[in-house]
Amino acid sequence: MSVPRYWRKQQNRYNLKGNYCETCGRYFFPPRVLCPDCRRDGKIVDYEFSGNGTVRTFSIIRTASDDYDLQTPYAIAIIELEEGTCMTAQVICEPDEISIGMPVKRVFRKIFSEGDSGVIVYGTKFVPA
Amino acid sequence: MREVAVVGVGLTKFGERWDTSFRNLFVEAGAKAVEDAGMSGDQIDEMFVGNMSGGRFVLQEHIGALIADHAGLTKNHIPATRVEAACASGGLAFRQAYTTVASGMQDIVIAGGVEKMTDVGGSETTDALAGAADREWEGLAGATFPGLYAMIATDYMNRYGLTREQLAMVSVKNHRNGVHNPIAQYRKEITVEDVMRSTLVADPLRLLDCSPVTDGAAAVILCPMEMARKFTDTPVKVLASSQASDTISLHDRRDFSTLDASVAAGRRAFKQASLTPKDIDLVEVHDCFTIAELCAIEDLGFCVKGEAGKLTEDGQTAIGGSIPVNTSGGLKSCGHPVGATGIKQVCEIVSQLRGEAVGRQVDAEIGMTHNVGGTGATVVCNILGV
Repeated sequence: MSVPRYWRKQQNRYNLKGNYCETCGRYFFPPRVLCPDCRRDGKIVDYEFSGNGTVRTFSIIRTASDDYDLQTPYAIAIIELEEGTCMTAQVICEPDEISIGMPVKRVFRKIFSEGDSGVIVYGTKFVPA
Repeated sequence: MREVAVVGVGLTKFGERWDTSFRNLFVEAGAKAVEDAGMSGDQIDEMFVGNMSGGRFVLQEHIGALIADHAGLTKNHIPATRVEAACASGGLAFRQAYTTVASGMQDIVIAGGVEKMTDVGGSETTDALAGAADREWEGLAGATFPGLYAMIATDYMNRYGLTREQLAMVSVKNHRNGVHNPIAQYRKEITVEDVMRSTLVADPLRLLDCSPVTDGAAAVILCPMEMARKFTDTPVKVLASSQASDTISLHDRRDFSTLDASVAAGRRAFKQASLTPKDIDLVEVHDCFTIAELCAIEDLGFCVKGEAGKLTEDGQTAIGGSIPVNTSGGLKSCGHPVGATGIKQVCEIVSQLRGEAVGRQVDAEIGMTHNVGGTGATVVCNILGV
């Protein structure tokens, strides 16, 4: 992927900046430009998530694409943030350590690099809280 | 709306087709369908081609024109359109063809699907398939496509007490059916132990829970019911064709173990056909992973949530059971050339309803197909009857 594609989402990926709809109070991460419930009646406002959440479901990835191959096996999970929205992220722990309902908190980490001389992409992962 | 019939079907052998190319696969399936319908290609008014990722797998776009050209259909300059909804691309092509004929816009329309997946390496295939889900917020986090279905399985097993063995039984049953399907990629029986011993791909899913990487193509020909007997003595009527959408990301779903788009598409199809799940004699569902077949059986209403594992264990989804599921061998044993799968499902139901499914024949008058794109962001259902 191209550099601008990572760059334009840096604030979202690095600092868990999403948004919420003032009209209905629903939080969004990943951020949305339109509230799917209120549509044009919604009012989208920026919001930085606390980064505290719980594991709703998970898997241990054993076979990955090339960019992630050196990281296997790694835990991937759907995390429910305390604001009520869910996101997909890696959880840094031993494969047998992760469980449904496990409290987690956000950390800033390298996600992957595009080969030996490519862009290093950073973002948010989670660790057991 | 006019009544619509399927009057011709054609399939290539599914598998690792090193011997043939993307375009030739489709031409083979299309020519077989035209021959099956006993018509000339000159009678075809329009074409829809389901294809997920020609751009990634063979670096080819503009697939509608490419296929029309090599099928000899550009001499009449017919409209030829590629449609895409990831693994539901074939289902979508069928529905586009159905609405085109039903509306009266065209009379004879060919709907096909094709995928050539083995011209790239395994890692690139994994990466291309991840594009069926949210590339930016699922794929980039490191979630592979099997990983997303694995998270559905983790949620499901935790909530409904499904056992690992019950999950394996889906694969065992589909391989048993696939033995009798001449086009199937793997005509080989496997055991629960084979599944449990196979490599872990994304816990709890193992290699033999996953549909394979496959080359293949499928095509069907649709026309108004009133014209159908000109081409065949055994027209199969399209009783319903429905489609539904949902959030692209699994993490945005109301319930990770229920594909709401399957529920919606299923209900719409039953409503259009004025039928209920009890009226269906057999169903081809989208078993890209074993867990997906169980979710599909429940989401379409063949049993209540949480019961599909037991239904499978009791043999009710096998040939001879109360609701035979995936007599073709499903995506698991027959193979999953992603763009072709939705059309292959229709071909299997047509074979069954015509009484031509040698070795795996079910006593059937009404059959259903269920084709999923991504983790459930698109679902297409069709009901066919004689």
